[in-house]
Amino acid sequence: MRVMAAGLLALALAGAAWAGSRAPVLDAPRGEKCVEDAATMRRSHMDFLRHQRDETVHRGIRGARHSLAGCVECHANAKDGAVLGSPSHFCQGCHAYAAVKLDCFECHASRTRAAQAGRQARSP
Amino acid sequence: MNPIDTSRRAFLGRTAAFAGVALAPGVLLYEFAAAREAGQEASAAVRWGMLVDTTRCASGCTACVDACNAEHGVPKASRPTDAQWIRKVELKDLRTGAVRSAPVMCQHCAEPPCVDVCPTGASFKRADGIVLVDRHTCIGCRYCMMACPYKARSFVHEPTTGQKTDTPRGKGCVESCNLCAHRVDRGEKPACVDACSAAGHRAIVFGDLNDPSSEIALRVRSVATSQLRADLRTDNGVRYQGL
Ligand code: HEC
Ligand code: HEC
Ligand code: HEC
Repeated sequence: MRVMAAGLLALALAGAAWAGSRAPVLDAPRGEKCVEDAATMRRSHMDFLRHQRDETVHRGIRGARHSLAGCVECHANAKDGAVLGSPSHFCQGCHAYAAVKLDCFECHASRTRAAQAGRQARSP
Repeated sequence: MNPIDTSRRAFLGRTAAFAGVALAPGVLLYEFAAAREAGQEASAAVRWGMLVDTTRCASGCTACVDACNAEHGVPKASRPTDAQWIRKVELKDLRTGAVRSAPVMCQHCAEPPCVDVCPTGASFKRADGIVLVDRHTCIGCRYCMMACPYKARSFVHEPTTGQKTDTPRGKGCVESCNLCAHRVDRGEKPACVDACSAAGHRAIVFGDLNDPSSEIALRVRSVATSQLRADLRTDNGVRYQGL
């Protein structure tokens, strides 16, 4: 399943160069570099996240490189501060395209800390 | 504990002593337990605990409850099935009429019954004594809610919105006070403790029960404190004074 999805994804990314391709155009991330190189991230981000999850929740390790909160801070949309919401939002965009369900954000905040604070400031 | 940790600890100890000397004489600065560095795991040498002084806790005051709700993005409970991480309880002695008020939350037991009954290992105790639910492994069976003598845990029945970055929470899992693990890990006190101080009551002391010089250890040693349902021998991290 993983190999197939990765294969599809490789096709998709190769397809991006094609005119008329439906490959997603994702929100530009903040900063210059990801926590690993982009190819490694594309292939292995789910493994990093799962490993980090146990390290943080069970062993209490904070400030780690593969933190999910960290992904959101860098990959959120510059205007609404979210990684979900439209086909160009970073996590949703690629996941909808690759048809991989992403349920982390049923619990995890899908918006940056700043965006959360902003909304609170605006709500009565 | 490996030797590297030990020497680092000793080094930190020396630095702290030195800093103490360098400060103006006569001024004693209580530096709260420092934040762990990124990459450092929770230490088994520490046992986090809280002491609730019921003689200072004001009846009717809900500063701790409100602060907890705000910190964790938990809506104020309005129905019996709503999640509640901390609640105010009033006790009245019918013979003397004495009234005591106190917050009750997860007691962070050293021998937590919730952990014993959890079929998936989602309920667990962190090395530093904080009892948590790993929501990634929780299947929502609610055995832990049945097992908890303090009714400290809640089940989330409905989809959640407006989650905070530091407190992911969602439908289908059990949750409870996490002693503000994210704040404690960066060297701060739990939100309820700060709110109680800000409200002028200072009824909750937070600290390391294992550190003989910490305020909580001094207090627990010098005044009579009790644990809720001490007969169950769960050895709670939350202690009460004046009950
Ligand atoms: C470039 C496309 C792409 C982007 C961008 C992307 N993902 Fe993924 N993600 C995938 C693919 C493809 C899979 C499935 C891989 C597999 O199963 O081998 C996946 C799988 C996952 C999984 C494992 C899902 C499961 O149920 O097993 C998680 C978790 C995940 N991604 C999180 C994220 C998060 C969080 C973001 C945003 C920060 C993100 N992904 C951005 C392509 C992407
Ligand atoms: C410091 C900011 C930062 C953080 C933190 C960060 N990223 Fe990135 N990410 C970037 C940048 C910048 C790029 C583009 C880099 C490149 O093309 O070499 C990128 C690229 C990616 C890509 C490839 C995107 C594509 O278009 O193919 C994926 C997938 C990805 N990141 C996922 C994640 C996940 C998952 C996390 C959390 C574990 C994360 N990133 C954390 C900045 C960040
Ligand atoms: C049912 C709720 C829930 C769901 C669904 C969930 N998480 Fe979590 N997650 C939590 C809680 C609670 C924490 C503890 C937060 C803390 O202590 O900071 C956490 C912490 C984490 C952490 C460490 C904190 C951070 O931001 O780095 C990672 C990594 C993580 N989760 C990854 C995931 C991934 C990947 C998914 C999706 C496959 C996911 N989680 C789905 C509740 C959830």
